[in-house]
Amino acid sequence: MTADISLKQKRDADPVDATPAPQVATKLRVDDLSLYYGKFQALKNVSMEIPERQVTAFIGPSGCGKSTLIRCFNRIHDLYEGIRTEGQILLDDHDIYDSGVDLNLLRSRVGMVFQKPTPFPMSVFDNVAFGIRLYEKLSARELEERVEWALRKAALWNEVKDKLKQSGQALSGGQQQRLCIARTIAVKPEVILLDEPTSALDPISTGYIEDLINELKKDYTIVIVTHNMQQAARISDITAFMYLGSLIECDDTTKIFTQPKESRTEDYITGRYG
Amino acid sequence: MNISQTPLYRRRKRLNQLVMLLCQLATVIGFVFLFAILFTLVTKGIGAISPSTFVERTRMTGGGLGNAIWGTFIMTCAATLIGTVIGVAAGTWLAEYSGKGVMAKVIRFINDILLSAPSIIIGLFIYAVVVVPMGNFSAWAGVLALTVIIVPVVIRSTEDMLRLIPNSLREAAAALGAHRWWIIVRVCYSGARAGILTGILLGFARISGETAPLLFTSLNSNQWNFFDLGSEMANLPMTIYQNMTINAFIPDLVALAWGGALILTAAILILNIAARYFSRQRS
Repeated sequence: MTADISLKQKRDADPVDATPAPQVATKLRVDDLSLYYGKFQALKNVSMEIPERQVTAFIGPSGCGKSTLIRCFNRIHDLYEGIRTEGQILLDDHDIYDSGVDLNLLRSRVGMVFQKPTPFPMSVFDNVAFGIRLYEKLSARELEERVEWALRKAALWNEVKDKLKQSGQALSGGQQQRLCIARTIAVKPEVILLDEPTSALDPISTGYIEDLINELKKDYTIVIVTHNMQQAARISDITAFMYLGSLIECDDTTKIFTQPKESRTEDYITGRYG
Repeated sequence: MNISQTPLYRRRKRLNQLVMLLCQLATVIGFVFLFAILFTLVTKGIGAISPSTFVERTRMTGGGLGNAIWGTFIMTCAATLIGTVIGVAAGTWLAEYSGKGVMAKVIRFINDILLSAPSIIIGLFIYAVVVVPMGNFSAWAGVLALTVIIVPVVIRSTEDMLRLIPNSLREAAAALGAHRWWIIVRVCYSGARAGILTGILLGFARISGETAPLLFTSLNSNQWNFFDLGSEMANLPMTIYQNMTINAFIPDLVALAWGGALILTAAILILNIAARYFSRQRS
């Protein structure tokens, strides 16, 4: 089912297909994953599959473990001490928690955009070039082209093309977040994790980013955490509902929002709690 | 009922006014002393300053301050250079690598002590471990003493400034696949650069006026000494001190001491303004 996709291959144009194919490859497989912050168990035996080149949304009340789970997908938890995991996460059938895994390489394949925009204290251009320079030796010209490509892809080029030398931190909040998305795309990852990317943004910027996500799923596997259920319904193909560290239900978005199997899912999406 | 008429509100308003007044008073007192110092220095020092003050060496009578200004400049620069390398490295380790270990706590505590250590003690220490074994006073010993003073300043400001860089930036850089040292060099330092630079400049200003650590290390001299750090080197603070005390009966030298004091103060003032300017650039 899953082809062995080596690092950054597959950039050639894919046939654009808006409706999810009936049979899609699994990009990430979570297998009986538990996570502990010290003694507190934040994730309880989560198992699920994340399909390739689709948008998977995680919903659930605050503290349910959504962010904790997607932060496992690029092992960003490893920056901190006192966090322990059990179980497996397979990226293209290889366990990312294997001892031989190079964390930096993993993170170049699995990109992440955070809740609060995090532009680096450097120019717009350097922000986007930061990740590219880590893994590729490009000529100045190629680098410029790649930066432009990423900024265009993130629908930001027209707004910043005349201020590439200005500080990335001088942009507006919505622009900063798109800059962070451009920076993530620029390294051509395979998976993009979005941790509540629009919760700090106004509706117009949110609209931009939602359009962007729709556009990006042609090429990338997208995982998004959101507190906004309308957002999940609008942009995702698959929705996963989490509660108290457990995965309650994961299914096609239309099914989750129209006929959920679990009563807890129904209670949450109809606003009875959360 | 009108809330501005209640006793509670009026009492709070009066208290507010009182505290404001006290704050203003404190500011005024600070300013009075600052301007009194500057006024005295300018009135007494300006007359002694002429182009020859900067190009002539110190003599028993007459002469200038050229060798002393040069010596202070060289020793301060050398100490700042060494202190920056050690201080930034140590500050980076404390902020980025040490975690919550006991070692870091101990180092931080010792650094705080060093930060407020009397400078004459540091001078004595260098005298005992460098000057006595080597058998002569030298500019190197002076540089070392000044380095011991500036290092804790740089460590402190480097650590504080790096701690101001939000963890979210480190996470974001790590999420792009950057190695830890690269995150520190490219992301953390670019954010903290202005603050670290400010700390270094303030440290530079601090050691350029230090007298006590030089008393028994570089000593002082009436000769030009450009780069021979192995022997004694003239310096401004010591010259001011000697001219005002043991040479106080020679009016020329007392006048020059005031001139030197004015030059030193002006240099420190300019450095402080520069530091302000750099830290303003940050925001």
